[in-house]
Amino acid sequence: MSTARHSAARSIAAHGVLILYTVIALFPVFVIVVNSFKSRRAIFADPLALPTAETFDMVGYQTVLKQGDFLLYFQNSMVVTVASLFFVLLFGAMAAFALSEYRFRGNLLMGLYLALGIMIPIRLGTVAILQIMVASGLVNTLTALILVYTAQGLPLAVFILSEFMRGVSDDLKNAGRIDGLSEYTIFFRLVLPLVRPAMATVAVFTMIPIWNDLWFPLILAPSEATKTITLGSQVFIGQFVTNWNAVLAALGLAIVPVLILYLIFSRQLIRGITAGAVK
Amino acid sequence: MGDLTLSNVTKSFGATQVIKGVDLEVNDGEFCVFVGPSGCGKSTLLRMVAGLEDVTSGDVRIDGERINDLAPAKREIAMVFQSYALYPHLTVRDNMGLALKQAGTPKAEIAAATEKAAAMLDLGPLMARRPSELSGGQRQRVAIGRAIVRTPKLFLFDEPLSNLDAALRVATRIEIARLHRELGATMIYVTHDQVEAMTLADKIVVLRAGRVEQVGRPMDIYNDPDNTFVAGFIGSPQMNFLKSGLLGLRSDRLGIRPEHLEISTSAGQIEGRVSHVEKLGGETLTYVRTPDHELLTVRQFGEHDHPVEQAVWLTPDQSRAFHFDAEGQRLRA
Ligand SMILES: Nc1ncnc2c1ncn2[C@@H]1O[C@H](COP(=O)(O)OP(=O)(O)OP(=O)(O)O)[C@@H](O)[C@H]1O
Ligand SMILES: [Mg+2]
Repeated sequence: MSTARHSAARSIAAHGVLILYTVIALFPVFVIVVNSFKSRRAIFADPLALPTAETFDMVGYQTVLKQGDFLLYFQNSMVVTVASLFFVLLFGAMAAFALSEYRFRGNLLMGLYLALGIMIPIRLGTVAILQIMVASGLVNTLTALILVYTAQGLPLAVFILSEFMRGVSDDLKNAGRIDGLSEYTIFFRLVLPLVRPAMATVAVFTMIPIWNDLWFPLILAPSEATKTITLGSQVFIGQFVTNWNAVLAALGLAIVPVLILYLIFSRQLIRGITAGAVK
Repeated sequence: MGDLTLSNVTKSFGATQVIKGVDLEVNDGEFCVFVGPSGCGKSTLLRMVAGLEDVTSGDVRIDGERINDLAPAKREIAMVFQSYALYPHLTVRDNMGLALKQAGTPKAEIAAATEKAAAMLDLGPLMARRPSELSGGQRQRVAIGRAIVRTPKLFLFDEPLSNLDAALRVATRIEIARLHRELGATMIYVTHDQVEAMTLADKIVVLRAGRVEQVGRPMDIYNDPDNTFVAGFIGSPQMNFLKSGLLGLRSDRLGIRPEHLEISTSAGQIEGRVSHVEKLGGETLTYVRTPDHELLTVRQFGEHDHPVEQAVWLTPDQSRAFHFDAEGQRLRA
């Protein structure tokens, strides 16, 4: 009886802390979304108030949808994020599998080399990257961004995934080999499903910096046709006048796709699919 | 057919040699058990037969054909692992049929083979389930079924019962013995467990540090060990080793099994004090501390009472004793 009460108290305390953290973390998002539905005057008069009948105003969204080509910006961001994510996960998992599964000369050095990128910010290489892109004629293409983001995401992906793949039962892979499965089948059908939670973690950590990045779109692909949503939103932030309605509306819209992707991956994070493979 | 021949097989991981030249002959239909202390290379040797580890030097032959460089799937072997290693995304039926499917066997044949194996192991009601919905014992039966479906030349088992509880272990052990009789296939079985080794094997291979210490039928190894290592390793509780010199014998050490030491409260050859008594119901184990030979174990059948610290005398049955030289090799009269 007393242990039950004790654990109830603890679980209330734990939930209290978590709820408090959630409120703090979500507060800026809440302010953005709420204010994006208000008139300019109302935003400054009382930033924390909910929109009422007289302060409700969709002008921000109207401006955003009229101005420029927001749908295209969205599409660009989506293409870049999803494609980069796909390549990071695919190549990251493949490299991690090779590093964790096969004994070969230089295995450890190769692993260190691939993980080195975690410590070196890719932006240090901006000038060289720009030169390469100019030389190969990739400036102002989404391909340029996808290549850079894939390179940026790979080190962490290889590092995390190879750790997880070392944990996948050797017996399971060996059973596959004895049953005549190819190394590719073992990788795609046996190992990948078992490291799905790790893949989801990597996906979330890779996706968010890519979606939010302003630096590389500005440098490598600033043309109207290749602008991403973060770059596109910058038109509303002027040196002297900032159209806050539009900025807030654009940011509010920009949250939606990344939220959807996150929801997709977080389901994988939670799902315990590994049970039953090995004791 | 399923003869296995290993000739001077070695295995090195980098600079460390793990298997140091093993010669072994396993005949068709034989049940061969590898035993040895942890880390002696049992699993490594088995995995070399399976093709999961490269052979550093020497030959592995099945039915006379050298298979050193053949892929595991092409060796016509099947392996059962300690951790079951069932495919989590497939049902029991598909787990069992996968190898045949990979080999391009027609569907009807796969279904027939799977059903037959399922019937042998009573897996019928479980066929549509996934591994996560099975108990440990059921999982291991499925893993055994998966091996049977392939009708391999050679069955390889790596400690298949270690994850099961005591009762299931006995049941599954009996099941494996029955399967061996019914299938008449060659089986190689790795275990730590003496009882499994003694009860299942036609031939026991005792390994130590990558070398074969002795090969023989269970009772031959038990009754006629080649050296102190084999004598001490096979048999539980362990054989006692006495200093022969102190008993007026010419050998270096005298090995005597606990059941061949006579215990008396009045007179005998070796004096000592009772240090601990274990009553197991059917038998009593008495541990006796002696000034000359350290701790000795005595095994008596039935229930016996020996108060701790009581002075006792032990007498070895000389006709059942083994003599060893200073290197630990057996001296045969
Ligand atoms: N991949 C490897 N790299 C280096 N050394 C290894 C490797 N695999 C095994 N070994 C070494 O080879 C030796 C034999 O290992 P093995 O797994 O065959 O032992 P075992 O007899 O099966 O032991 P256990 O009874 O504990 O399963 C051990 O000393 C082990 O450290
Ligand atoms: Mg082992």
